[in-house]
Amino acid sequence: MRLKQPSPLPGFALALGYTLFYLCLIVLLPLAALVAEAAGLGLRGIWQVASEPRVMAALRTSFGLSLAAAVTDCAFGLLIAWVLTRYSFPGRRLLDAAVDLPFALPTAVAGISLATLYAPNGWIGGVLAGLDIKVAFTPLGIFVALIFVALPFAVRTVQPIIGEIDRSLEEASATLGANRFQTVRRVVIPMLTPALLTGLALAFARSVSEYGSVIFIAGNLPFVSEIAPVLIVIKLEEFNYPGATAIAVIMLAIAFLMLLAINLTQAWSRRRFGHV
Amino acid sequence: MFERSRKGLSPPPVTTERAMIRALLIGLALVFMALMLILPVVVVFTEALRKGVSIYFASFSDPDALAAIQLTLMVAAISVPLNTIFGIAASWAIAKFEFNGKSLLVTLIDLPFSISPVVSGLIYVLLFGAQGVFGPWLKAHGIEIIFALPGIVLATVFVTFPFVARELIPLMQEQGNTDEEAALTLGASGWRAFLTVTLPNIRWGLLYGVLLCNARAMGEFGAVSVVSGHIRGVTDTMPLHVEILYNEYNFAAAFAMASLLTLLALVTLAGKALLETRYGGELAQR
Amino acid sequence: MGRRLQIRVVDIAKEFGRTGALRGVNLDIRDGELIALLGPSGSGKTTLLRVIAGLEAPSAGKVYFDGEDATAVPVQRRRIGFVFQNYALFKHMSVADNIAYGLRVLPRGERPKRTAIIKRVQELLDLMELSDIGGRFPRQLSGGQQQRIALARALAVDPRVLLLDEPFGALDAKVRKGLRRWLRELHDRTGHTTVFVTHDQEEALELADRVAVLNAGLLEQVGSADDVYDRPASAFVMAFVGDTGSIPVECGDDGLRHEGRRFAASFSGSCHGAARLYVRPKDIDVVAPADCLLRGRVLSVRRTATGRRAQVAIGLGDAVLESELLLGKDIQIGTEVGVMVRQGRVFPAAMSG
Repeated sequence: MRLKQPSPLPGFALALGYTLFYLCLIVLLPLAALVAEAAGLGLRGIWQVASEPRVMAALRTSFGLSLAAAVTDCAFGLLIAWVLTRYSFPGRRLLDAAVDLPFALPTAVAGISLATLYAPNGWIGGVLAGLDIKVAFTPLGIFVALIFVALPFAVRTVQPIIGEIDRSLEEASATLGANRFQTVRRVVIPMLTPALLTGLALAFARSVSEYGSVIFIAGNLPFVSEIAPVLIVIKLEEFNYPGATAIAVIMLAIAFLMLLAINLTQAWSRRRFGHV
Repeated sequence: MFERSRKGLSPPPVTTERAMIRALLIGLALVFMALMLILPVVVVFTEALRKGVSIYFASFSDPDALAAIQLTLMVAAISVPLNTIFGIAASWAIAKFEFNGKSLLVTLIDLPFSISPVVSGLIYVLLFGAQGVFGPWLKAHGIEIIFALPGIVLATVFVTFPFVARELIPLMQEQGNTDEEAALTLGASGWRAFLTVTLPNIRWGLLYGVLLCNARAMGEFGAVSVVSGHIRGVTDTMPLHVEILYNEYNFAAAFAMASLLTLLALVTLAGKALLETRYGGELAQR
Repeated sequence: MGRRLQIRVVDIAKEFGRTGALRGVNLDIRDGELIALLGPSGSGKTTLLRVIAGLEAPSAGKVYFDGEDATAVPVQRRRIGFVFQNYALFKHMSVADNIAYGLRVLPRGERPKRTAIIKRVQELLDLMELSDIGGRFPRQLSGGQQQRIALARALAVDPRVLLLDEPFGALDAKVRKGLRRWLRELHDRTGHTTVFVTHDQEEALELADRVAVLNAGLLEQVGSADDVYDRPASAFVMAFVGDTGSIPVECGDDGLRHEGRRFAASFSGSCHGAARLYVRPKDIDVVAPADCLLRGRVLSVRRTATGRRAQVAIGLGDAVLESELLLGKDIQIGTEVGVMVRQGRVFPAAMSG
């Protein structure tokens, strides 16, 4: 990589050199190992692993529940972001900081905590058990854990956009006779759509890769509440490197495709609804 | 002419919802956040203290617990400085200079955020594991990476190296080159300019990035779980030890350890909020 | 329900925090008239417009629409048309959808059929002379076009009054002039009561049936363009509307004195003690020095769009007056001259702020 034009500032070679060296060692080399292993398998080998019923079930669980959790997070994320930005009430600042809890809390801690909370004798699990709803050891448990994990992504993506909305647009809508609900539905929400879709993409990506928060509450029952990362770990413990690699590659591929789809949708919505 | 005009009162503010709707929405948001976010944190502490305060503190004198704490601190003490230096070097190169391939570089730096922690651990196993690329060679020379400290450090470094860089790059880009160029024209050497001009400019952003990097380094679970081998007392970090204790149904001890990590998280959040409110202008604009 | 609405604003006060944006304003707006709210920034003119619209609630006072108390009526139900300074067009909707918006949010019972809405939108586009751009989006339009679409949108629901907030502020001079003329023609055709806010006195004088001059939250004067220009009620109005220069004078029984020296001048306004004489450049002549005239020295001569002006320092102090020079008249800088005041106005010194 050569400089586009000479610069009086020194240290380019040193800084870039160290950066590249570090990246090669920490990132590229191990990724190359992944690619090599995957190449060794070939598409056939990967498909063989992918088509194992247990693997398919795990992939469906992972991606299906991640999408559901991401959508739920976007809905509640919009609500929370709106309330935090537009209203003032005692404790607002504290709540704003609390949104980042899933960012900061180690996943294992979240995992055991959620598992305890939703266990049949837990605070929430007990109440739900009374309604005959089982959370722990079911896909519902995974769903709940993923909602926790991905919430900050949904909130923080749309929050600044809400703050930037031009109020005169809302006033214009009011002068034209629209009540508040109509204004929000016809003017405000469409303007937030690109940001909501971005939040959806980020929340989804986060949920798919989640491990620590999920394994405790899920129970990891094959075909029921087993997520793809768990299968990777199992295969590794069996020293089945190819198998683990295959699942990893599939996960990366599906995630890439879904993110591509969401990004394309988001680009379309930017054009359609415009920037705020 | 006006149906049902409300006598005597002023018209409501135009760009906000009716008071009752506002209260409803605030209430809904509060309930959701209390259930989904606050309660899990509360549970950590109530479970940790369930068997009483003495048991709580006794759990920390268990030798395996102490070893886990020590290991976690050591891993953080190695990986955070390494990633900080990387972050500074990378943002210096990216923010202060123009060169081809910049966006590729930035994408690479963002990579660990898009990869599952388990996969992050997997790639190192593929490289250094018993059946990995260098496996036999390492075995022959008696070097242990996987299932030992070096592997844990590597995996932790991988998942946390973007934090400092991602904070500093936009910050240094915003700040531009003029300060450093001014220092150079006054005769300062490159290093001097960096130490006396750049570092002070980025110190709050740097602290912010280090704070987040440390929190993640000490709390990482998935990647470390894959490479560590879960050898009690030897390759157990605090999060892994939490898992072991929990799986043994030793809930009080598990939550006691978890409470330490939770306190770390709360301190990190407080530090983050403090930096954002006090020095928001000197952090990268999100 | 006619489009000619009579609006009465009684004792309106509005405070933002501790700043009083409006302090006791009383104004009667006649039905069908085109009235300008004129004033510098901070004078409260936009606030007054927004209070009339219902976008702001007054801290005190009342607003009456055709005799009925509208103060507590929410903006949605006032049946007004409001055009914002930045147009506030909905960027995510086409031009046609923008115009149709007001019709689409009507309650079920009042909402016209889809075909009727489309017809009305096209009518308005034709009225604005923008018949073909219904399918475009606001970002594809020029400033002048956006302004007209904003107006069309406001007109779509057949409002009883049109409220325009600095409608031409963001446009360049040529476009502004064209749109001014066009707005006047539109008003003459449709007859809506129209209130518009502007800081441009030329615009106000040219367009409006009456001009209301505001200063620091108070209404200084309301009247026709002639009233406001030729018979200003206060020093502020005189100075704000049209070019003016002024000099401090002493008023006595024997006439005006400047720096102790008596001089002849034709003026109106009551005069006692310390005061200021206000004169417009076109009402001053620069002639040969004479004992009975003000004495001055030419400081500069410059071109203006319409002719030439001389800047004359009066007497020994800082007072400076500008005079429009007759065609062909040539004056050297530094010449000692006499200044003849053909028509001035005197206001007490205290009023001159």
